[in-house]
Amino acid sequence: MKYLILIQSNPQSLAVWETLTDQQRTDFGLGHLRLTEEMRDAGVLVVSEGLGDPALAVQVSVRDGRTITSDGPYAEVKEHLAGFYLIDVADLDEAVAWAAKAPDAAYTRVEVRPILDMSTWEI
Amino acid sequence: MGDLTALLRECTPQVLAAVVRRYGDFEACEDAVQEALIAAVQQWPVSGVPEQPRSWLITVAARRRVETLRNETARRRREETVRHDPAPEVRGDDELALLLLCCHPALSVPAQVTLTLRAVGGLTTAEIARALLLPEATVGQRISRAKQRIRESGVGFERSAPEERLTAVRHVLYLIFNEGHTASSGDALNRVELTREAIRLTRQLHRRLPDDGETAGLLALMLLTDARRPARTGPDGALIPLAEQDRGRWDAGMIAEGVALITRTLASAPIGPVQVQAAIAAIHDEAARPEDTDWPQILILYGMLHALAPSPVVTLNRIVASAMVHGPEPGLAALDRVTEVPMRHRVAAVRAHLLEMAGDHSGAREQYRLAARLTLSRPEQRYLESRAVRLH
Repeated sequence: MKYLILIQSNPQSLAVWETLTDQQRTDFGLGHLRLTEEMRDAGVLVVSEGLGDPALAVQVSVRDGRTITSDGPYAEVKEHLAGFYLIDVADLDEAVAWAAKAPDAAYTRVEVRPILDMSTWEI
Repeated sequence: MGDLTALLRECTPQVLAAVVRRYGDFEACEDAVQEALIAAVQQWPVSGVPEQPRSWLITVAARRRVETLRNETARRRREETVRHDPAPEVRGDDELALLLLCCHPALSVPAQVTLTLRAVGGLTTAEIARALLLPEATVGQRISRAKQRIRESGVGFERSAPEERLTAVRHVLYLIFNEGHTASSGDALNRVELTREAIRLTRQLHRRLPDDGETAGLLALMLLTDARRPARTGPDGALIPLAEQDRGRWDAGMIAEGVALITRTLASAPIGPVQVQAAIAAIHDEAARPEDTDWPQILILYGMLHALAPSPVVTLNRIVASAMVHGPEPGLAALDRVTEVPMRHRVAAVRAHLLEMAGDHSGAREQYRLAARLTLSRPEQRYLESRAVRLH
């Protein structure tokens, strides 16, 4: 079963970030690198990335066959996706165990979402 | 010469299996076996066909394999290894022992699936990665971790299989089949390869354990499900539900084999949940038109399945079968009792279907729309939306 571990950035996590020492911030970043490495060694990692600054985001839509882009996100957006881990493990328990190793989990929280499983559909 | 070619072809897979089993590394072993085959073509017409051609080929291939292996390390060690390493032999029960090893409870289920594909199926790391939609490095790491785990736990070849170990093997084979069968994502061609592989491996297991009812049931279930594959998706990749499939495109040969197998098995083996699922698939496959489906029989089988292996999916399917026999009303009440979160959109879809049967078109439309909103699958969304639109 594949699961997506979502790392959100929001006012709460930013407030926590402000209180961290330089050393703690370094450990935080290294923690993510180490977690990626550990997932790869365990043979569970599909892909993991940190996302760029949301100020660099571009909104894309197609109307009448024309691609329209606009800068985003809008100023009032308080929460954005900062990064993710896509892993392939036996079950939710194992996915949660990996999520608990994300440095963010110790300060704020991370989210685990199952990837759509159609294996029991009778078609 | 024609006889020789036929003989070599017949031997090749068994020789390859024996050498791969001993040395691993499918690609290198394949090369070694090719060299052994060339040697046989050159020598046998002169010296005569050896008494045990298979053993001859294995010995030569194994020697080639060891030579390649050791060319990269010290020459002295190579000599020793070649001298003391006895040639691997074909054993009838090797495949079962290998399956049991790969599906050992010391390994996680994803590790069991990967190792089975590699060691028993003979797929390369790249092929497995493509089929399972994983990076090659992850698959390679998973295989080496699994082998390490086997080494650490001291697990060896076992020649007998208690029921719970066989259940694990069947579960892994079914997972491999399902990976190929379900169209959740990925390149269809690579996924089909997994389906074929699962059927091939289950066939082997069935040959080894012909009296095991659940193994026979699993093979039948796979054949009866895969027989519908040509009709399951439209040209645009949209999923076509059972009732709307062009049954002329179903694979009649596979259906005949699956039906014969499950009929024979139900008559002789103790009943189990996999056999019941195969029996249900057989009834669907035997109906030339959807309206010919023997729903009373399917309802009885879902009752059995509910007793043997209850699950929300079984409950839902049983409600559908009941509606086809007794009408939609009792089913609508029963649906309220299926509250599992992952089932929400399917409950809505079934409720929509039953409301449509009951003639409540606006209620059905609303439920089709709800189901479409709840599902994440695009093909499923398209299907549900089209049902809703049809009711306008």
